[in-house]
Amino acid sequence: MAHTEWKDAPGLPDFSLLKRLARDQLIFLLEQLPGKKDLFIDADLMSPLDRIANVTILKQHEVDKLYKVELKPIVNLVNADKVAGRFRRYKIIFTPQKFYACETVLEEQGVYGDVTTDEWNFYILPLDDDILSLELPEFFRDNFLEGDQRWVTTAGSALRLLQSVYGSFSKVYGIGRCAKMVYESWRELMEDGEQRTRQPEFAKVFLVDRDVDFVTPLCSQVVYEGLVDDLFRIKCGSVEFGPDVTSSDKSIKVMLNSQDKVFSEIRNEHFSNVFGFLSQKAKNLQTAYDKRRGMDIQQMKAFVADELKGLKQEHRLLSLHIGASESMMKKKTKQDFQELLKTEHSLLEGFEIRECITYIEEHINRQVSMIDSLRLLCLLSITENGLLSKDYRSLKAQYLQSYGIEHLLTFANLRQLGLLEEQQAGETLTVMESKVGKLVNDKTVGKLTDAFSSLAKKSNFRALSKRLALVPKSGEEYDLRVPRDMAYVFSGAYIPLSCKLIEQVLERDGWTGMEEVTRMLNGQEFAVTEARSKTDAQRIVLVMFLGGCTFSEISALRFLGKERGCRFIVVTTAITNSSRLLEALLDNSA
Amino acid sequence: MDKQRMKLQLHLCVCVCVFQMTRAKPEDDEYWNSSKFKAFTFDDEDDEFSQLKESKRAVNSILVDEDEDEDDVERVSWSGEPVGSISWSVKETASSIRSGSEQSFPKIDTTPSLSKQGSGYSLSSLSIVVDSPIWFCLCSLSKDDLSPEETVRRMQKGRPFSLEKFRSLQDKLLLLDEAVAVYDGNVITAVLIFLKKSLSKEILFRELMARDVALRHYVHYLKEMGEQKLLLMHYKEHLNIKDEGRRRDFLKSCLSLPFSQDDATHVQDHYTLLERQIIIEADAEIFKKFPRKASILNMPIITTLYYSCFYHYGESEGTFSSPSNIRKTFRISEKQYILTALGARAKLKSWFDVDSLFNTKNWLGYTKKKSPIGFHRVVDILHKNSAPVQVLQEYVNLIDDPDLKLSGALKYKCHDVVINTYRDLKDRQQLIVYREKLERDSPEYRKIQELLNNVQIRWKN
Repeated sequence: MAHTEWKDAPGLPDFSLLKRLARDQLIFLLEQLPGKKDLFIDADLMSPLDRIANVTILKQHEVDKLYKVELKPIVNLVNADKVAGRFRRYKIIFTPQKFYACETVLEEQGVYGDVTTDEWNFYILPLDDDILSLELPEFFRDNFLEGDQRWVTTAGSALRLLQSVYGSFSKVYGIGRCAKMVYESWRELMEDGEQRTRQPEFAKVFLVDRDVDFVTPLCSQVVYEGLVDDLFRIKCGSVEFGPDVTSSDKSIKVMLNSQDKVFSEIRNEHFSNVFGFLSQKAKNLQTAYDKRRGMDIQQMKAFVADELKGLKQEHRLLSLHIGASESMMKKKTKQDFQELLKTEHSLLEGFEIRECITYIEEHINRQVSMIDSLRLLCLLSITENGLLSKDYRSLKAQYLQSYGIEHLLTFANLRQLGLLEEQQAGETLTVMESKVGKLVNDKTVGKLTDAFSSLAKKSNFRALSKRLALVPKSGEEYDLRVPRDMAYVFSGAYIPLSCKLIEQVLERDGWTGMEEVTRMLNGQEFAVTEARSKTDAQRIVLVMFLGGCTFSEISALRFLGKERGCRFIVVTTAITNSSRLLEALLDNSA
Repeated sequence: MDKQRMKLQLHLCVCVCVFQMTRAKPEDDEYWNSSKFKAFTFDDEDDEFSQLKESKRAVNSILVDEDEDEDDVERVSWSGEPVGSISWSVKETASSIRSGSEQSFPKIDTTPSLSKQGSGYSLSSLSIVVDSPIWFCLCSLSKDDLSPEETVRRMQKGRPFSLEKFRSLQDKLLLLDEAVAVYDGNVITAVLIFLKKSLSKEILFRELMARDVALRHYVHYLKEMGEQKLLLMHYKEHLNIKDEGRRRDFLKSCLSLPFSQDDATHVQDHYTLLERQIIIEADAEIFKKFPRKASILNMPIITTLYYSCFYHYGESEGTFSSPSNIRKTFRISEKQYILTALGARAKLKSWFDVDSLFNTKNWLGYTKKKSPIGFHRVVDILHKNSAPVQVLQEYVNLIDDPDLKLSGALKYKCHDVVINTYRDLKDRQQLIVYREKLERDSPEYRKIQELLNNVQIRWKN
């Protein structure tokens, strides 16, 4: 099983230090305002804040009341106080950094000067031993859709923070426009700061833009952690299981990380293995409990002291995960889900595309899940390098009919990002087509048109998939219990492109020999040697996803690490999945 | 010592800037035209990237190391930027608009006043030679008068800065280009806010048109501040209007906007739809019989069609609320229409209406069932609406694919279909297995019994 610790795995750096740094800085900022104070917290910041400090700590530093703040009211509050003649002191703490645009708002609203501002450089939240998050879900839209580079320096600063705490890196690889800029910004910061000559704790850094691989985050997740995220939405490393899971009338919030012994054993498993594993676990637990029988007083005392607590804890976790699995089974073994997966796999393979289009059309017609319909459309477009004009128009029209015409804006966004496009027919082909068309009858012309336009596609995904062997040959048996490659995270149907790139570059120690691949990915790749190091750190690789990464990708990297005897640490701007990715691009509400 | 040198350098920048401006001869730009430096673009080759990195390193080492080789130092420009680096070339390109040629500068020897400092070298690299008296007089300018590079640097680090000194358009643009060159979105936006305040809209947009990165930052800023009125954003405004009447009127006003042909149709549909929904909503007589959960206003077209199939089924095509009118107005495909009508009529358990949806008459007058969607899907929908077995059975029988048909029949307990299928397959074993699942002496049980006793059938097993 994927969970077993391999013998010579390098140890991971202790990232709890980052939490302590952030907490200390927050306390310092609070102490700057002596006396009793109320704290207004941005709703988005609540969960991350929860992970590093608690109410007790805040109270210790004289925080009186806590409020949740939606957009803007701080300014209104200050102005209302002013009108009422109330005197208070205000401080706005921006995190991870202050923007000039925010100060302009204060200035425009006439409260600049009444309010002091500060920065809380809370760049990185460790979600687990090997997952660090910038907790910036807005990064994706701001950077890739709006073209706003405000977070570039934030990502650079996060890397610098890691470097100053954990030592430098020997090699940096990357691909993508944003990756390049982040690297450059990081370099700049490093040159400004003092140079540290510590032994590096990481060997290599890999920076990758989300738009290099849109296919992976659009696929349905089928490893346990990914599935939990798709269905229940993991937020900041914690999930809320509803009554259907807890089989009681209340919901329970659970932290999902390596501390949870049950979870850490199943998180990377393909869902089909999880149930068997859990029932085996339940049997073992029963056996452990049964040991009590026939114990004498002394033994019983030892049992209660040493084992019972652990067993009870395990019992609790086990029943939660069994409950979650049951609930997932109910949802996911439905015929609908099977058909959905089949369609996804056909799209990845480029097989029976017409049937796929019919399926997607019906999905739209039935008005079922708006996001799933969009996801399938995008997957179709990317894998086919755009939709035929008539398909695009017809599917778009039907989508707008089913889910609302205001989605026009959503379509404009998707088009801009290249997620859902209409193919532009090649001119040369049109000429050829009309020539050939004269030779045959009308009905055949229609078919020919289809054939030609499919020729006109510069099918980058297909070509990439072929070149990097992302889609294993169909027909071969794939034993999901004994995964043979990273494809297991998608039931053996597809190796995540992002992870495959990382694997290849690490293997080649650069991009040499991958010229064709990078050309198809629009270039922007780089590899820089920073320093030489021969320590164990060589085997720790930091992968930074700019624009978010999925749990499936993390599982795939863990698998790769195990295969290659190295460890991956994932730094991501946020954890994402298909719903989050697409929801960030919706524009159907005010 | 280092700090001092730094200061000197800053002053020097100032002095050159001012100097060039006083001597500006825009028409005399031979030097710049022949210059091999090109403007910064994003899609440039990788080497520019690594070049930047290297040259940055080069600058740093110059500032630290006093005894630099003169050849190396030659590559640094007057502002301390390495010649050939991205930021340098951006600046040079931008300044080419206003700079005069070198001949117009007074010629003096720079070495005495500046000795061997880095800044001194930079001057010679551009062959700009400064007259000492002027140099001194310019030095007395305010210390806050900083170069674009230094200003941007200060902004990046959150140190005090002032933008007021950037008054000429060229200076403003230099500042903007510098912000873009360091990839700092925060600073880019800050500079744009300044430009917005100090430039007319027309000029600002004219300049932004040639600067994609800055333009996108500007548009995003306006969007965030709720000031942007681009085409689709204007259309999006309707989402903020609560009153349907006003919303409808607003959508009507959008019809004249220059949308693409494709989108124009959709916007027209949107207006027609809301107009129609308002009419239908007004006519709420019908709800005395079937109370509704929600209003139809602002619902998608298909939801409106469903609603119409639910409450206004059978109305003539002439009425706005009739399903056929909606179908025609919004060019709804047959498949979509059937799916929606089926859902609505099945929900009401009007099995007769369901039947007539699929009935087609051939020329002999026989009715036959046809469907643009697979009958297995039809069965699905009927089952979800708890159709009785007799109804289900009829549609299960119509499923083309034998496997789907059998699995459907098994799933929905359509015994007759199961039994007939096994009989046709001559599968005796399966019949026996199935018999065991049935209640003894039920009609189905007896039917299997009869079949098994039938000696005419040649079973395959």
